[in-house]
Amino acid sequence: MKIEMNINGRKRIFDIRPDELLADTLRRHDYTSVRKGCDTTSCGVCTILIDDEPVPSCAYLTVRAEGKKITTVEGIAEEAERLAGCFGDEGADQCGFCNPGIALSVHALKLSAKAPTEENIRHYLVGHLCRCSGYQSQVKAIRRYLGDTT
Amino acid sequence: MKFTNYHRAQSLEDAHKTLQKDKSNTIVGGGLWLKLSRREVDTAVDLAGLDLDLIETTDKTIRIGAMTTLTQIEESDTLRQIASGILVEAVSEIMGRQLRNVATLGGSIIGRYGFSDCITPLLALDARLDFHERGIVSLQDFLTEKGKVDDILKAVVIDKTKAKGYFKKVKKTAHDFPILNVAVVKSEDGTRIAIGSRPAVATLAQAAMDHLAAATTIDKKTITQAARIAKESLKYSTNHRAGAEYRAHLAEVYTRRGLMEVNGLED
Amino acid sequence: MKKTKTVNQRIRSIDGKGIMMGRAAYTDDVAPKEALVIKVLRSPHAFARIKSIDKSKAEALPGVEIVLTHEDFPRNPFTRAGQGYPEPSPHDKYALDDHVRYVGDEVACVAAHDEETAEAALKLLEVDYEIKEPVLDFEKAKGHASIIHAEEGIHEMFPIGFEPEKNVAAAYHMEVDDVEKRLAESEVTVTSSFYTQAQSHTALEPHTVNARLDYQDRLVLYSATQTPFHVRRILSQALEIPLNKIRVIKPRVGGGFGGKQAIHGEMLAAMVTMKTKKPSRLTYTRKEVFEATYTRHPMRIDMRLGATKDGRITAIDCYGLSDTGAYGEHALTVFMVTGSKVLPLYNKVDAVRFHGDVVYTNRVSSGAYRGYGAIQGNYALESAIDMLAEKLGMDPVELRQKNMIAEGETSPIFEIMGEGTEGTAMNMETCKLDHCVKRGMELIGYKDKFPRREIGNNKLRSVGMAIAMQGSGIPYIDMGAATIKLNDDGFYNLLVGATDIGQGSDTILAQIAAEELGVDVEKVVVYSSDTDLTPFDAGAYASSTTYVSGNAVWKAAKTMKKRLIEEAARSLGVEVEDIDFRGTSFKSKKDGEELSLSDLSNTLFYNDDQKQLSVTESYYGTKSPPPFMAGFVEIEIDKETCEYEVVDYVSVVDCGVTINPKLAQGQVEGGIVQGLGMAMTEDVKIAANGKLVTADFLNYKIPTGKDIRKLTTEFAASYEESGPYGAKSVGEIGIDTPPAAIANAVYNALGVRIKSLPITPEKIQAARMEKD
Ligand SMILES: Cc1cc2nc3c(=O)[nH]c(=O)nc-3n(C[C@H](O)[C@H](O)[C@H](O)COP(=O)(O)OP(=O)(O)OC[C@H]3O[C@@H](n4cnc5c(N)ncnc54)[C@H](O)[C@@H]3O)c2cc1C
Repeated sequence: MKIEMNINGRKRIFDIRPDELLADTLRRHDYTSVRKGCDTTSCGVCTILIDDEPVPSCAYLTVRAEGKKITTVEGIAEEAERLAGCFGDEGADQCGFCNPGIALSVHALKLSAKAPTEENIRHYLVGHLCRCSGYQSQVKAIRRYLGDTT
Repeated sequence: MKFTNYHRAQSLEDAHKTLQKDKSNTIVGGGLWLKLSRREVDTAVDLAGLDLDLIETTDKTIRIGAMTTLTQIEESDTLRQIASGILVEAVSEIMGRQLRNVATLGGSIIGRYGFSDCITPLLALDARLDFHERGIVSLQDFLTEKGKVDDILKAVVIDKTKAKGYFKKVKKTAHDFPILNVAVVKSEDGTRIAIGSRPAVATLAQAAMDHLAAATTIDKKTITQAARIAKESLKYSTNHRAGAEYRAHLAEVYTRRGLMEVNGLED
Repeated sequence: MKKTKTVNQRIRSIDGKGIMMGRAAYTDDVAPKEALVIKVLRSPHAFARIKSIDKSKAEALPGVEIVLTHEDFPRNPFTRAGQGYPEPSPHDKYALDDHVRYVGDEVACVAAHDEETAEAALKLLEVDYEIKEPVLDFEKAKGHASIIHAEEGIHEMFPIGFEPEKNVAAAYHMEVDDVEKRLAESEVTVTSSFYTQAQSHTALEPHTVNARLDYQDRLVLYSATQTPFHVRRILSQALEIPLNKIRVIKPRVGGGFGGKQAIHGEMLAAMVTMKTKKPSRLTYTRKEVFEATYTRHPMRIDMRLGATKDGRITAIDCYGLSDTGAYGEHALTVFMVTGSKVLPLYNKVDAVRFHGDVVYTNRVSSGAYRGYGAIQGNYALESAIDMLAEKLGMDPVELRQKNMIAEGETSPIFEIMGEGTEGTAMNMETCKLDHCVKRGMELIGYKDKFPRREIGNNKLRSVGMAIAMQGSGIPYIDMGAATIKLNDDGFYNLLVGATDIGQGSDTILAQIAAEELGVDVEKVVVYSSDTDLTPFDAGAYASSTTYVSGNAVWKAAKTMKKRLIEEAARSLGVEVEDIDFRGTSFKSKKDGEELSLSDLSNTLFYNDDQKQLSVTESYYGTKSPPPFMAGFVEIEIDKETCEYEVVDYVSVVDCGVTINPKLAQGQVEGGIVQGLGMAMTEDVKIAANGKLVTADFLNYKIPTGKDIRKLTTEFAASYEESGPYGAKSVGEIGIDTPPAAIANAVYNALGVRIKSLPITPEKIQAARMEKD
């Protein structure tokens, strides 16, 4: 079946299977930033934004994305670059497999909350597992990115 | 889950009809739990677009549509006011934002999951389920039933009465199923205690509730007794997350703490 | 220490931006689109013989390209462990075998045009098994009637105590002085057994490989591996493909921690592509990663300590039993590290013994995992030290201070125990353990907080601590090499076989080269690693990259500098001694004439005595200077339910000079949190039939960003003469202390000693019930 969605500001039409999941659709169409880290919706790697809210693309039916606004990290390049700088300053980037997903969640948090506290950040990002960093440097980097200099 | 056809329902009636066409046909809520299943289905019936994702209030009740996402519940000011916001609290501790953005309340109830963090507070809140065909069924009754649900859940209804509430989820990490969960609600009608993930699905600690109902005054002593009864009168089992004994111990401790809190007593 | 511009500075990682922006980087990102998808049929039985496999139905399924079973592979035993050659691991594994030895062991594989077809084909494979009695309890494995490896042809590469007929993969024994005698003479003794569990690495990128034949008909593998050169060697041996026909490329790797220090899907992808002449790809599902890669070796460790009344530790006896699972990868070497990188912490003893067996069982193979035996040994020893302190009526920190290793000292163990063989004597040229302990006490507020405080609400806060050491590469075995190539306009390529697996080695190696060559990091373009293009390196393991590969880079940069000075002198018509090297330019001390690096390199390429300047240098360690650390934890614990959380984890680390302080901090903190996972929640569980219960992130619980909220990390001022710019290693040291520190903190809070990991609230609660 054919479906239409808006990905990173561009209208795209895909031919899909009815039970296809969005991560597979996106990856097949070269959105390489969308990667999979588990099969049980529990690692956060495949996170994308649908209408500006983070969603696990590995479990989201592609048919349901019909007419929706999809954002992958390619669609927030400037923001991702700035966040990368903050990660760099805090030494928060290691293997980076989880980073695109985190960048999208951070972007969504920024859109939805005024001045998120450290607690808000940790709560919002709890679904992003990271095995490398120990998280603290990530949280510092994200606070830096969100303009919290305390 | 694999399916051959996708059907976006035009109405509840349409959804219900489609559901009955083939034994394997299935309603899709958020689709998250379904994704984990190995089922092969003829037609997946999507309830999106039927206005089932609303939280509506009347004078006496709050009606939460079955397609309401956990995030919507987490961010509902209305629900935050109910019984110290225990439903909001319980939901906010389920996995991460991404998951809560997709998981629905309906999908969280229909499977009668033992691990459910939604069912336990809703049971303590004496929630009712509004089905397309069967109409209103109390959650308490629904939980005792067995077998596949062929009906469509439209909404979950709770009362707006003034109550104090307490919820506790015991877990290994912040991103985990419960080892055990406890919800306590005290309103004018009395006290309700629900204990879930024992690991069986939540149930009321009826004997403990009866003990409190019979007591003339509620003080630390009666509460301690009630908590002990909650431990002794319910069945706790062992799985790889925890042993029966530890679960029973947790049930006692948190029932006591919950009762103390809703009664404004210092533990 | 001389002033540095790049080294020991806060430099952003060189690849963070592109990775954050989602650029194609990882193995699966670069897989050919048309590649055949490989799926693996895995054993449902813990131990069985495959009587027959009927693959006709699967082969007949449209879209299926090939089905491979054990009959399709040459019968060459090998070890999947990526280690120096000859390996200290037994050659006890066949690519596919007619026996399966754990639930999840490979039975066959299918390559098809898409994933669905491959999965459908798996279901059509009909396998007839003869089920055998599995050995699941490692304490009963030795001498068990069921022999896990009875097959012909398997062997050890040199004596490691390999006795497969007794289910023993390796054994070890060493003793200094007479332990039994010294223990008998001791005024105070402590005897206790400790159990450590299997832990899963859970790198977020699953094991991934893809293969293709290039236009020269060579096999090209892209693999998410820590050891590309070992992969090439093992493939060549096992599949009988000449080494020169194989190229292994390591793209960006999404975490390893030891889990990718081995061959996993490579064998199958290589064979599929060799047979079909078509590209193929294999990405493990998360379940396969859990079920069929590696875990940490579970162990039982019996610890006996002897001391004088005034607190001098006189004897340590450590017996270990290690569970290597179905295959003996890293069996001996992990086990030896349990002794060699733990026991020297208390080097003033009169007698010390380390001995025990590594046994086979029918569970998933154990393998390399960050900490590599040291974390197991550390938990046992550092728990026992606290027990001894209590018996002596001494503060546990004071007991350590009195007995721990110090700068300038040594331990006989270094000389006795090496990588499966003898070791190398060495003195501790740098050991700031005394500072680490003192500073750690200050940072955690030890004096006020030890052992516990009531904080109301049924809660206590307590502290606990442990000290640790690790190594920096394996002396005389691990070799790293680096090539530096000058380009026109005066920038460099740094080609290293060292494998960046996310730990940031590309960045720190660039920093080392940039520092020596006097240029900005951007002028050093790093490429790692590719067996065709980069020089050899043993790989990313054994905390070797900074020290071993870093030294190779440093040497190469020095040589390049020398060559540049020669060329500049020639160009300026002066003697070498007359050149003032300024990185981006050369100045003649004679007449002040200046030549830019850019001009020099352009001339070298196009105008005058043209040549490519390129140097390669190698390095292998002649010792392995240990990094040290002290870890202090404060926990808050519920007196009734025994649930607890970490309030703060203080790490004070001596890893020499930190080449990149922020990345070093990341290594420590990442290690601490992995160690806390092992200490608190992570537990690989198998059912009675050997099937893995914790096969996904729903059931295997690693810490999240909400669980560990505060980490305080500091580095001791330290300069290791033998290291590049004074550096030692930092990759593993962080993981070692949490299990013992948590165990000690729990004891200090509630007076119960938990002797098996993980330390769950349920175990604490049960221990308290028993005590009352
Ligand atoms: C990784 C993961 C971790 C989780 N952890 C927790 C946890 O810690 N605590 C917790 O409480 N929950 C947890 N859950 C469960 C989650 O909160 C949801 O309850 C679950 O995903 C089901 O919701 P869904 O909307 O995805 O339902 P679906 O998967 O769409 O549906 C589930 C079932 O309900 C049926 N159904 C759905 N809606 C209706 C309807 N309106 N009428 C009739 N039938 C319907 C479906 O046919 C299906 O059989 C977790 C889920 C996942 C995937």
